[in-house]
Amino acid sequence: MNKKKINNMFYIEEDTIAAIGTKPGEAAIGIVKISGKEAIRVADSIFRSKNGKTINELKSYSLLYGEIIDGRGEVVDEVIVGLMRNPYSYTREDVVEINTHGGITPTTKVLSLCMDRGARLAEPGEFTKRAFLNGRIDLSQAEAVIDLINSKTEESLKIAANNIKGNIKKEIASIRDGIVEILVQLEASIDFIEEDLETTPYEELRKKTGVLLERVEQLIKDESKGEIIKNGVKVAIVGKPNVGKSSLLNLLVKKDKAIVTSIPGTTRDAVEEIIYVGGIPLIIIDTAGIRKTASSVEKIGVERSLGHIDEADIVLMVVDGSRKLDGRDFNIIGKIENKNSILVINKVDLGQKEDIKKLGLPFGPEQTIRVSALKKTGIEDLEHSIKKKVLGNGELNLEDKIIINQRHKKIMQDVREVLQDAETAMANKLSEEFASADLKIASGLLGEITGDTAREEVLENIFSRFCIGK
Amino acid sequence: MYDVIVIGAGHAGCEAAFACARLKLNTLLLTINLDKVALMPCNPAIGGMGKSQLIKELDAMGGQMGKIADLAGIQFKLLNQKKGPAVQALRTQIDKKEYETLMKHLLETTDNILLKQGTVAKLLVDGIKVKGVLTEDGMQFLAKAVIITSGTFLRGRIIIGDKDYYAGRMGENPAMNLTKSLTSLGFEMDRFQTATPPRVDKRSIDFSKTIISSGDEEAGSFSFWACPKRGERANIPSFLTYTNSKTHDLIAQNIKYSPIRSGIINTHGPRHCPSIDRKVLNFPQKHKHPVFIEPEGVHTNEMYLQGLTTSMPFYLQEKIVNTVEGLEKASIIRPGYAVEYDYLIPCQLNYTLESKLIENLYFAGQINGTSGYEEAAVQGFVAGANASLKILGKKPLILTRDTSYIGVLIDDLITKDLSEPYRMYTSRAEYRLFLRSDNADLRLATLGFEAGFLEKEAHQKTLKKQQAIDSLIKLLKNITIKPQKANRYRPNLKLKEPIRLYDLFKRPQVNIGDIKYWLDHASNGYGDGVWKQAEIIIKYEGYINRQFEEIKKTKKLEKFAIPSNIDYFRFKGLTYGAQEKLSRKRPNTLGQASRIAGVSPSDISILLLNLRRK
Ligand SMILES: Nc1nc2c(ncn2[C@@H]2O[C@H](COP(=O)(O)OP(=O)(O)O)[C@@H](O)[C@H]2O)c(=O)[nH]1
Repeated sequence: MNKKKINNMFYIEEDTIAAIGTKPGEAAIGIVKISGKEAIRVADSIFRSKNGKTINELKSYSLLYGEIIDGRGEVVDEVIVGLMRNPYSYTREDVVEINTHGGITPTTKVLSLCMDRGARLAEPGEFTKRAFLNGRIDLSQAEAVIDLINSKTEESLKIAANNIKGNIKKEIASIRDGIVEILVQLEASIDFIEEDLETTPYEELRKKTGVLLERVEQLIKDESKGEIIKNGVKVAIVGKPNVGKSSLLNLLVKKDKAIVTSIPGTTRDAVEEIIYVGGIPLIIIDTAGIRKTASSVEKIGVERSLGHIDEADIVLMVVDGSRKLDGRDFNIIGKIENKNSILVINKVDLGQKEDIKKLGLPFGPEQTIRVSALKKTGIEDLEHSIKKKVLGNGELNLEDKIIINQRHKKIMQDVREVLQDAETAMANKLSEEFASADLKIASGLLGEITGDTAREEVLENIFSRFCIGK
Repeated sequence: MYDVIVIGAGHAGCEAAFACARLKLNTLLLTINLDKVALMPCNPAIGGMGKSQLIKELDAMGGQMGKIADLAGIQFKLLNQKKGPAVQALRTQIDKKEYETLMKHLLETTDNILLKQGTVAKLLVDGIKVKGVLTEDGMQFLAKAVIITSGTFLRGRIIIGDKDYYAGRMGENPAMNLTKSLTSLGFEMDRFQTATPPRVDKRSIDFSKTIISSGDEEAGSFSFWACPKRGERANIPSFLTYTNSKTHDLIAQNIKYSPIRSGIINTHGPRHCPSIDRKVLNFPQKHKHPVFIEPEGVHTNEMYLQGLTTSMPFYLQEKIVNTVEGLEKASIIRPGYAVEYDYLIPCQLNYTLESKLIENLYFAGQINGTSGYEEAAVQGFVAGANASLKILGKKPLILTRDTSYIGVLIDDLITKDLSEPYRMYTSRAEYRLFLRSDNADLRLATLGFEAGFLEKEAHQKTLKKQQAIDSLIKLLKNITIKPQKANRYRPNLKLKEPIRLYDLFKRPQVNIGDIKYWLDHASNGYGDGVWKQAEIIIKYEGYINRQFEEIKKTKKLEKFAIPSNIDYFRFKGLTYGAQEKLSRKRPNTLGQASRIAGVSPSDISILLLNLRRK
């Protein structure tokens, strides 16, 4: 049994916390911070340095270069680790900062590895709270801290309310109701044994638990399908020189203020940029390459952009609509045949020389977008089309099913585990109170997502459901 | 001048007085009627789910209810025998008169207790400290502490049909003036209601139409220390019958006479024992309700009709009763009735049950909005213990949710908003798997002994038991048996590898007898109780350890004391709702604060920050 899943909304205990670090104006990517007594141990357990040193051997304020290794011994990312020993850190605890090399995916992976090794996901504002509690921030700053907690809590509540909307929110609430219903039956048969109540047979409750477990598993499964959205969608912009790739990129970037940072990509000297389209992070591959094609090194540019097609989830195929398409265009189109792609017909402001429909290109009408990077038209259509590509065409509407943040995902995994325990307890014909203990934890955990913290609901339900009183 | 004055010799008052006397404090126990000491005005039973846990804990710390109930019991039943140890409970039919007699005798023979008849009219208060009481007949008694255990007597009002009059219980005078004294001191009071069924003459019941229900021979006893031999009286049967459509029709036709309908009663009663009127109203789809016919004692013909609680007019009560099979000719010898009374909104108390408003003034029992003899008794003990410990300058006896059902009870009382009289259930205890009847002694004896309430021998016995349990578990961890040996005795185990007896014990199908067999004679010397504990600890280790983990997690919050004079409205960042709730409840600890409805986790974080800032 896993002790981490015990639900407890607030912690005084200074256990070790971890979070993806944020600095104002910077993306929530690239850095994982760990703070607490176990910070060094946690970090060392997932880190292998190049020079053989451990983080524990480091002096405060020094850096170490190496790799993050996952549970199967595979390299997750190359990283630079920084150590600030207690009390010379923001929280006045041992703090380890892991600067990841890549985008969102490795960063979240590093975070979840930390959680696997005993760190807890930090609450909103918790680093600052610790800084205050440990005397790092002076009294005059205390109120700012309080505001922070408040606003952060509100924010996270808002996020919970907004992001967990529609189907998923309903589904989680309904799973929780199902658990409470089983609890009502179990508790009625325990505390009201003398009343001779007609409670649901144990075996049936076990089956119901099994069904709830399947539903939780489905949510977790959907979640991993949705991983692509959370971790970002890789987009390659391809096309022969001078069709307007760079102009298009600049436009997308400028239009979307949410552009946050340039980060070194996974490929050696490519650069990725992230833009958010309808809340979906788009990771534009090799923006440096795209921009460079505007300069003289044309040939390298084309080949280089084609080289990224493989990693891309979506390819934007840009053509110059004011000219006839030529062999170079068709050559590139041929190479992206198997990809999820959108044909972007640029420079429509100059009028159209070619009836693209007649060419029989492998792009449906929805995947053919006419834009003018110069006149800034058609960009909304393009974004809409990208969004549709990511979220699927109706049959796979991931948006509603994604468990948005790490915390929720962790909760669902914990819920799955306790439900399994409950089912096992019932299958082994253990007495009702054991399954009940598991289910209570499950309903408490789900309540953290749905915001239900009713304390007496099981007893209340027993009284309204059954005729009590002999 | 007394050390302590206890007002009311009910179940709370008796335990309070005993606790004070144990610490050799000069204790005055004032009660309205000396013939009604330790009366059981409602059902003739002690124990049941959640309640038996309370009594066992009380006994483990040196209280008296368990011992007397064991002696006065006339039928012992172990509830939930088929379930796990955490949710089993002992329920005992009690000879009421015997119980009263034994308890009164014990009071009268206990040093340092003076039992005296008198009705308190007024509290004497010096500033913010209580200093004594004034009785209706003008007597004045001074004391260092006062414990109010006045049950349903404060402005008690009895209702039967369309009649109502002031009375503490049927045939007893109410206490009409104490409420005024309390409210004028600033205490907030509210009203609750409870009711009791009619009693019928045994000779008028046709038992052949009922189902006989006997006790269990091996039910065990409440007390860990004194285990009296059970005589013939120990298994007197009770009987079961059911209401039917005739009963329900009659009630439905006459529902306008029911005080719950007529509006004479508009206060909340306990939902766990609704009147038959209410059951018919709320569950019209049910065609029968059980009626348990229970003896009120050995030397009386009075039979209690559990399930037929009503405060319908007297003439209708008998008609209703007579519709029930076996009770066609039953004559009521005491009608059912409802009683409405003042209770103190209990969030005005601390964990010690001392009031926040007036120092050295304690409240315990039904006056705090609880229901049940057991709930009352344990509060009496806690109030008595703390009043005495404070006088002696010793550290208070604070029971929290993670130590005991008593802790759960007190925490709920002082934290929640009561909407009905409070009854204990096992499901109220979140650490139920650990807070078991069977280990109440191991959990609490040391606490009771160190505070001075439990005798030394009893404590020694517990320590020895604990050592034996530890040593047995160690033994089982050290002995590994070959698969052949295990399979020979229990072929369905199909073991392939050697296994520790400890691990073998974890399997659901392996029982104490099996382990003893494999141990051969190494098991000699461990008593049944020790084996039982070892079995529970080993078999349910995973679950119990998880509860320990939960307890550990909340410990710091529970230990974090909040000063009583805090102005919550000064704290920036708290929501207004939380400020109001906190100001009203004035929680003793952050843990308690976190359980107040309407106080959110972020409120607690902010509270914590503010408190640490000082
Ligand atoms: N008229 C017009 N010119 C454009 C448009 N988009 C780009 N251009 C011009 O086309 C040229 C090549 O654009 P660039 O973005 O560098 O193309 P790249 O080589 O594909 O990145 C530049 O002179 C741009 O100003 C457009 O929508 N309309």
